[in-house]
Amino acid sequence: MHELSLCQALIDQVTRIATDHGASRVDRILLKVGPLSGVEPSLLQHAYPLAATGTIAESAELVIEPAEIRVHCHTCGADTQATANRLLCGACGSFHTRLTSGDEMLLANLELIVPDQEDADR
Amino acid sequence: MCNTCGCNVTPGNEHLVRGDGKLATTADGRTAVTVLEGLLSENDHQAAHNRELLDVHQVLALNLMSSPGAGKTSLLEATIDRLGRDLRIAVIEGDLETENDAERIRAKGIQAVQIATGSACHLDAHMVHEALHRIDLHGIDILFIENVGNLVCPASFDLGQHRNVALLSVPEGDDKPAKYPVMFRSADMVLCTKSDLLPVLPEFQPNRAEHYLRDLASAAPFETVSTRGTDGLEPWIQWLRDELHSQRARLEQGRTTRPNIQQDSFRSEARGGPTHRHGHHHHHHSHDHD
Repeated sequence: MHELSLCQALIDQVTRIATDHGASRVDRILLKVGPLSGVEPSLLQHAYPLAATGTIAESAELVIEPAEIRVHCHTCGADTQATANRLLCGACGSFHTRLTSGDEMLLANLELIVPDQEDADR
Repeated sequence: MCNTCGCNVTPGNEHLVRGDGKLATTADGRTAVTVLEGLLSENDHQAAHNRELLDVHQVLALNLMSSPGAGKTSLLEATIDRLGRDLRIAVIEGDLETENDAERIRAKGIQAVQIATGSACHLDAHMVHEALHRIDLHGIDILFIENVGNLVCPASFDLGQHRNVALLSVPEGDDKPAKYPVMFRSADMVLCTKSDLLPVLPEFQPNRAEHYLRDLASAAPFETVSTRGTDGLEPWIQWLRDELHSQRARLEQGRTTRPNIQQDSFRSEARGGPTHRHGHHHHHHSHDHD
């Protein structure tokens, strides 16, 4: 269960970016999480409110976009879909593959409410 | 690059993204920020510093991971018996509670720092950083970091180590790599431990365990070892000597390395296109992905 500590890291990161942009509130957080990241999206969703309470992101919607597992084959050059415990080339079966998608754990995008700065600028 | 982003704000373009600047807002008045930053970037940043600290002191650091009871501490005891006279070894022990494992290592005359994680199921780079300051790194060749016994969470956290070692003991069953792909994918070396039990557990087939490992597209060496008897550790001892040699050769060229899984997490950041570090983190480290 490291999803709570991940959420705390996420909140720190989001708070930092929101503050840099002079935001008053975070509206939406988009994560990209692959099956091989070691993170369970549903646990992340459950842990999020605990970590977000009392922060600038308290009322933010957390959207977790899944990523599919894909491998590139060094043997035949094919790019194919794979599963978490079978990362072989879907075309030729070689295990000389490189994961091209599926282990992401990214903070992809934020939507912030930034108060009108005009008054402050004058 | 990032027209809606704002993550590359400079004094020259700041007016564009402040207030009602062109780049700032979406139609409904919200500001969209593309980030593409790893969720563990704080941890990864600390881990990079740990790695620098280890490299400065010419230490090879290895992260040992397995389920509880796979024999990590026994492996370390036997390794110390075998190499303790030639090489200077130190150990960081991670457990939820007790100093028991550190005491076992200290009984061998080896520096050991125990991290009691409380309820945390893994070590992170910050915990290891604190422990590093309690070790005299000047006199050390190899630092073993014995992670909390757990096949799930430790795989996600870079500690600053150079290599990951995963243990799979014979009583656990040979399909562990298929059940815990994230962990076994992260390993630079997989040790099948307690091989002295193979005669009484014929259902465990080392070939099958290795096959499941290869299914993860892992080319990591898979070695069957036992801490009982005389020659049971030979492949592991040879691997350690080779790794130490490689580490020293890298350091002479001013390079370092990180384990399998961390390369992957960095690659996935790079995959997202140009990444922008926010805030005060603008440190650059040169890392060698070999």
